[in-house]
Amino acid sequence: MLSRTADSLFWLARYVERADNTARIIDAARRLSAMPESFAGESNEWESALAAAGALAAFEQHHRTADRETVIDFLAFSADNPSSIKHCLATARHNGRAERTALTGDMWEAINTGWLELQRFDGTRMDRDTLTEFLSRVKEACLRFDGSAYRTMLRSDAYFFLRLGVYLERADSTARILDVKYHLLLPEGARVGGGLDYFQWSSILRSVSALTAYRWVYHESLKPWLIADLLVLNDQMPRSLASCYENLTMFLDEVSQAYGRQGPAQRIARSIRTRLQNAEISEIFQKKGLHEFLTEFIADNHRLGAAIAEQYLT
Amino acid sequence: MAAAFNEMFADVDVCRPGYKFLQRWLKSTPPDVLAARRSEAELLFRRIGITFAVYGTAEAEERIIPFDIIPRVFTRAEWQRLTRGLEQRVRALNAFLADIYGNAEILAAGKVPADLIYRDPHFRPEMAGLKLPNNVYIHIAGIDIVRVDDEDFYVLEDNVRTPSGVSYMLENREVMMRLFPDLFAVNRIAPVENYPEELLATLLSVAPHSAPDEPTVALLTPGPFNSAYYEHSFLADKLGVELVEGRDLLVRDNVVVMRTTEGLKRVDVLYRRLDDDFLDPLTFRPDSTLGVPGLMNAYRAGNITLANAVGTGLADDKAVYSYVPEIVRFYLGEEPILKNVPTWRCREPDALAHVLAHLNELVVKEVSGSGGYGMMIGPVADTTTREAFAAKVTANPANFIAQPTLALSTSPTFVDSGVAPRHVDLRPFVLSGADRVRIVPGGLTRVALQQGSLVVNSSQGGGTKDTWVLDA
Repeated sequence: MLSRTADSLFWLARYVERADNTARIIDAARRLSAMPESFAGESNEWESALAAAGALAAFEQHHRTADRETVIDFLAFSADNPSSIKHCLATARHNGRAERTALTGDMWEAINTGWLELQRFDGTRMDRDTLTEFLSRVKEACLRFDGSAYRTMLRSDAYFFLRLGVYLERADSTARILDVKYHLLLPEGARVGGGLDYFQWSSILRSVSALTAYRWVYHESLKPWLIADLLVLNDQMPRSLASCYENLTMFLDEVSQAYGRQGPAQRIARSIRTRLQNAEISEIFQKKGLHEFLTEFIADNHRLGAAIAEQYLT
Repeated sequence: MAAAFNEMFADVDVCRPGYKFLQRWLKSTPPDVLAARRSEAELLFRRIGITFAVYGTAEAEERIIPFDIIPRVFTRAEWQRLTRGLEQRVRALNAFLADIYGNAEILAAGKVPADLIYRDPHFRPEMAGLKLPNNVYIHIAGIDIVRVDDEDFYVLEDNVRTPSGVSYMLENREVMMRLFPDLFAVNRIAPVENYPEELLATLLSVAPHSAPDEPTVALLTPGPFNSAYYEHSFLADKLGVELVEGRDLLVRDNVVVMRTTEGLKRVDVLYRRLDDDFLDPLTFRPDSTLGVPGLMNAYRAGNITLANAVGTGLADDKAVYSYVPEIVRFYLGEEPILKNVPTWRCREPDALAHVLAHLNELVVKEVSGSGGYGMMIGPVADTTTREAFAAKVTANPANFIAQPTLALSTSPTFVDSGVAPRHVDLRPFVLSGADRVRIVPGGLTRVALQQGSLVVNSSQGGGTKDTWVLDA
């Protein structure tokens, strides 16, 4: 397939995934900010949301204070933010339109209809109900796109590049969400500061839709080190770094099998995956520190993206 | 202007045979059902994403062309007559281009003035002496046809550069089959859905001699911002070929290759939907970023087939148009089956005088204009417009031709006031391969939705209809 087509599909998937992630981050921040301070602490949830979405620096160029109005507008609608939900979906649709031939009819309808439906939301008068509806529409559009790809697409290179985009973006997102709250995630045995942090922790899980999953996996009350374990190392958890890398290596292997050739992208993905497989959460806390670990991971993940681009997309 | 030919009714209450089933259907279908079907159709078009961009309108980046749910009908006999005429015309135009870029016998014979050809901006000296596979220049033609009476088909324009609209022919049919399965069940309507198949066969038949046994076809588009981009991606998909932009291609050792995820891959036939001017910055416009540097070298080396060939614009120039009947006689020794609209060539002093004296009766067109741009319709233009056009014509007469306003035939159309006759034209698509000419039974019918309007162009408020050729 054309390199340009592969590139468009890869980014189409990344933008859809990013829109979905951002919608979940907004949703979690909204819940937390609605709580009384005695439960949620004094941190500015809206600022955390910006950081989790990787948009804090861009935000500060345009706004002074991070509050409900400014942050929702910036993350969901703003044209100043290349990663705003609206911008993500517009770009995704643009890519989809450019690569109509590589998508199935269902996928195009999903992305086109999703984009059309969101046209009526513009960020003004975002009351509680409208915001709820907006966020659920975004999630629906993303699910529909993802689902129609899964159900209707030929399992060939076009599909593989699309999935690579999904997992690369998701790995980045999960790592960032964790990193924003790393100071709340303490190693096992550390003194846990009462009920205050509970809602902060549950908010992390909520922003990756993993609160219920946590209970099924650990059968325990929320423990910060277990939250880190779930989102970093547990390969059953579809948004964990380990699961993302399992998929990344698998789809890169599919590509190399289809083309009969391996390259740097396959090697980088395998080495990151091996590191995740062999790691223990306690070790990560003790040896390196969670923040350092995540910073390194984000850089490695970025390196893989560059290698995929170099090998296939240009 | 004479009363327009009504394709449905020969007289009040006298329905022509081809339209009888439609008359029964319209009688038995209440207007609110038609209205419901119409909005259903619009929803379908929007959901599939069939949109087009209109240049120069910022707010409406994407629009859908209004679709009329009442089909336009041809009987089998009418269609056969039309087909023979189309095939004849395209054969003659292909022979004309081969001759002009070869020995130029028609100029030597004095049938067409040499200066008209050599001063035409669409004449490409780069094509001189180049031998194309099987002498096919116009692989895909979209000939605009109008009817003014029961008998005759007139050619309004020969579109032989990069004609568009065929996706509407296919999608209109698709939507009609979804909306009115019953009508298709009881009437034998000739299918059009094999068009992509026929197009691919045509393109493969003209692959260069140096191509491998299974040649690679690709469709070259200017990109997503082009008004016909939807059609480009639609066709590439139906053909099962890559949709490439200039930046996806490069020329290595006079061979055209595309950048793929598996490395460089050879392309043998390029169905290009990019104008000559932009194809190759080394040969044509140096500022073109849409083309492929070195493409013309590969072309001249015989390593790639371009469809349509470079330089075909000469054959659909509006000044050359007036010579087409002569061209048909000269190369085929036959009388033209399709008629030409009488045309005054303003380059001739007598004609110019006539045109300037009758501006209020005539349609004046720029010889190189298309899409309804660069023209003036005398009877509806106001004095200021007419005077401005008169000045333009006087300043550069050779750039203009004039034609009488034709009473385009009408077909029943569902408008706000109910079902009423509206003026229509037709663009059938003619495919010329190395082996034969292929025409699928149908085409794009365009309809002027405003009462009395004769302008059917989608960029100027026209709509489309499905075109049915009855097979019985």
